[in-house]
Amino acid sequence: MFKLDKLILRLGVAALITVAAQFTFAQSGLAQFPGIGRVATPAEVKAWDIDVRPDFKGLPKGSGSVEKGQVIWEAKCASCHGTFGESNEIFTPIAGGTTKDDLKTGRVASLKDMKQPQRTTLMKVSTVSTLWDYIYRAMPWNAPRSLTPDDTYALVAFILSLGEIVPDDFVLSDKNIAEIKMPNRNGMTTKHGFWNAKDKPDTNGSACMHNCVPFVQIGSTLPDFARNAHENIADQNRMYGPYRGANTTKPPIKQLPGTSGLGLAQAVETHSSAAKGPSVLFKNENCSACHAPNAKLVGPSIADIAKKYEGQSGAVDKLSIKVKVGGAGVWGSIPMPAQAQLSDEDRKTLVLWMLSGGK
Amino acid sequence: MEKPTNQARLVKAPEHFISQELIADINTNGLDENRRGFLRKGFLSALGGVSAGLVAPLAMAAGEGDPAILEKQEWQTTLGKNVATMPYGVPSIYESNLIRRESPGLTRVSAASVAFTPLQGLFGTITPNGLHFERHHQGWYNVNPETHRLMVNGMVKNPRVFTMNDLMRLPSVSRTHFIECGANTGLEWGNVAVPTVQYTHGMLSCCEFTGVPLKVLLEECGADFKKGKFMLAEGGDGSGMTRTINLESCLNDTIVAWAMNGEMLRPENGFPLRLVVPGVQGVSWVKWLRRLEVGDAPWGSKDEAIHYIDLMPNGDHRQYSSIQECKSVITTPSGGQQLLDKGFYNVSGMAWSGRGKITRVDVSFDGGNNWRTARLETPVLTKSITRFNIDWVWDGSPSIMQSRAVDDTGYIQPPIKTLRNVRGTRSIYHNNAIQSWKLDTNGEVSNVQVG
Repeated sequence: MFKLDKLILRLGVAALITVAAQFTFAQSGLAQFPGIGRVATPAEVKAWDIDVRPDFKGLPKGSGSVEKGQVIWEAKCASCHGTFGESNEIFTPIAGGTTKDDLKTGRVASLKDMKQPQRTTLMKVSTVSTLWDYIYRAMPWNAPRSLTPDDTYALVAFILSLGEIVPDDFVLSDKNIAEIKMPNRNGMTTKHGFWNAKDKPDTNGSACMHNCVPFVQIGSTLPDFARNAHENIADQNRMYGPYRGANTTKPPIKQLPGTSGLGLAQAVETHSSAAKGPSVLFKNENCSACHAPNAKLVGPSIADIAKKYEGQSGAVDKLSIKVKVGGAGVWGSIPMPAQAQLSDEDRKTLVLWMLSGGK
Repeated sequence: MEKPTNQARLVKAPEHFISQELIADINTNGLDENRRGFLRKGFLSALGGVSAGLVAPLAMAAGEGDPAILEKQEWQTTLGKNVATMPYGVPSIYESNLIRRESPGLTRVSAASVAFTPLQGLFGTITPNGLHFERHHQGWYNVNPETHRLMVNGMVKNPRVFTMNDLMRLPSVSRTHFIECGANTGLEWGNVAVPTVQYTHGMLSCCEFTGVPLKVLLEECGADFKKGKFMLAEGGDGSGMTRTINLESCLNDTIVAWAMNGEMLRPENGFPLRLVVPGVQGVSWVKWLRRLEVGDAPWGSKDEAIHYIDLMPNGDHRQYSSIQECKSVITTPSGGQQLLDKGFYNVSGMAWSGRGKITRVDVSFDGGNNWRTARLETPVLTKSITRFNIDWVWDGSPSIMQSRAVDDTGYIQPPIKTLRNVRGTRSIYHNNAIQSWKLDTNGEVSNVQVG
C-alpha cells in the first residue's frame, strides 16, 4: 500500500465520521456520477490490498525460519511439489537447475546452455517478492489464503534454502528480505516490442506473392503413433457438410470418400457433451483435482484405491461415509475434504466406480 | 481437374444400411465388384424395410430423385416441439461434436487447465459464449453478483468500492475484440505437436463485450495518471490472479466488462466482472475482477515472473511481453478434417492483430511459393477477428495451405522459421507463425510445419 493511500484513507475516515454518523458510507465529493460507489474503508483496503511488489511495497511485518518452513512445507506443500520442491507430478518443479555461480552473476546459466530438461521456478523467478506474494495469496493450492505472514516468510525461507540461496539456519523477515539475491535477478528484460502496442516488433514476414520458396520442404509432421492421441477427430467435427473429421481410430483411408461422404462416420442422435456416468461426475465434482487414474496427486490414484479395497466386504459403505464426511490418515496426512454436496446416489456411483478401478 | 459426378449427390442412402465392418473394409480396401454386391443387397433390404409406399427404390437410385426430396420426412408430417421447450436454447443435437475440449496430457489437474474453442466448426467472427475458451489457474466458481465488489485503490484520490448495481448504472460501451492466450500455438514452437486447429489455435475467442471504460472508472476515483503509469488488476478466484496493466498502452480501450455477446459473462469467463484489455494476451483479462490498484511500478506477480515470459536463446526472459502480434489461420479445411471429393471449396479462416486492424490476408495452396489475396468479410474491426474467404477448386493433388495476415501497422505475419531465428525454439508464448495444413490425395488434412 502507498503512503499516499494512508493519508487519503485518514481523510476518508475523517469524512466518514463527519458526514455519515450512522455508518453509512460517504459519497465522494468529486464524483462525476453521483450515487455510484462509495469510499473504501481502511479495513476493506487492508483486507484486499495484499499484493507485494518487487520493491517490497505492501510487505507485512513478520519472520520465519527455514526450519519452520520445512515443517509447514511437509504438511501442506510436499504432496504437490515434492519433499524438496523437485516434484513434476502436478506442477513444474520449484527448485533445481541453479548454481553458486548463478548467485554471483544473477544469471541462471542453464537457461542458456539448455542442460536442464525443465525450467524450475528458482531458475526463472527474478524477484523474491514474487514468491512471497503468490504463496501468501494463493497457496496451498486447494486452500488458498490459509497461511499467515509468518508462515509465508518461513515457506519462502525454505524454498530459498532448497536453492542454496540462504543457509539452513536462516530466518527470513521483512527486515532482511531486500538483501536476498536471487540467482536469476538479472535474467529478465523488458527491452522488447511487446509491452506497448506502439513498440516495434522483433520480426516481420515477407509480402512476396510469386515464386517465393522454390523448394517447399516439410520440416515437421505429427508422428503416426500420435494419430489418435487426441481421440477420434471424426467425433470433433461436423458429421455433415464438406469438412468432416478423419476417423483417427483407423489408418488413413486410401481414396476420397466421394461427395455423399459414404464410408465416413455417420451422424448420431446423441449429445456427446451431455454424456453422463461416473467419469463425468468424477470430473464435475472436482474429484479429479486430487485423484488421477494411475498417478498419485494430492490423494491416492483410483488404481491404488481399487487395489487396496479389492474384495473387501463393506468397502462401499465405508468409503461412502468417508467421501461424505472427509477423512485422513489412510493415505498419509493430507486430509480428504468432506464432499457433502453429493447426493447419496451420486456418492455410491462414484465409490463403485473408484472400486472398479475407474472402469 | 476432374468434374465431380452429380449422381453421387442424388444417391443419398438411408443411414446405417450397411454395417460398420463393411464401411471400414471399403475405407481400407476400396470398392470392388464383391463389395459393390454387398452394397446393393444392403441398400435393397434397407429400403424394403422402410416403407411399402416406396415402389421403385432402384429407379430412384438410378436417378429419379433424392429420397430427401421424394420422401416425406418426419419433421414435415408430425407435430414438433413446443416453444420454450428449451427456455435457454442449446445447439442442435447434430452439433454435439463442436464443444470445448482439453488437450489430453497437457495439464495434470483440470482446475488449472485449459479447454480449447473448436475453431474448425465456427463461422464468422463471433465465438458463441458456450464455446469461448476456458483457462483457469485455480478453478472457477459461480460468484454471487450480489456480494461481488470492485475496489479501486492505490494512487487514486478516492479509493472506492463498487457493487455490480453501481457498475451497471455507469455509461457503458459494447465493443468486439479477440482474446488470445499468450500460450496459444505455444505447443508448436519446437515442432508439430497437436492434430487440429482446436488445439493449435483454440485458445482464441472473439466476442462483443459490454462494460464501463476503465478510464471512466479510474477518473471517477481520481487516479493520478502522471505518476501512476501502471495498474494491478486482481481476480477474486483462489489464485487471486494478478496482472500489471500498462496504463500508457491500455488505458484508452480497456473495459471493465460484465457482458459478453449480449448476455452476462459466463461463470467460466469471469461472471460477473472481468477486465477486457484489447490486443493484450488473455491472462491480463483478469476474471472475477475484484480490485484495481494504480501504481508507479510493475508488480512482478507470479504470472509475470514465472509464466507468460519468453525465453530467448541468450537465456534472457522477456517479461511483460503482452501484445498479441498479427496472426491468421485457415480453419476450414484444417488439421484432422476430411474432404469428400474434388471440386470447388470455400476456404475460410480468421485473422487478427493486437496492434490494430487487419488490412490483407494472402492464401497459398503450394506451401508458400505462390499467394493469392483473400476476401476480407466485414466488419473489419480493430483488435478483433476478421473472417477471410477464398475460392478454390481442388484438382485432387496434394496441397499445403497457408494464410498470411497483414495489419495496419504494415506488419506481415512471419513463417515459423523467421520467428525461430530470433527467439529460438524453447519459448512457449507468442507464437504467431504462419500455419501450414497438408492436404493429401485421400482428402485428409494434417498439421505440418514447412521449412
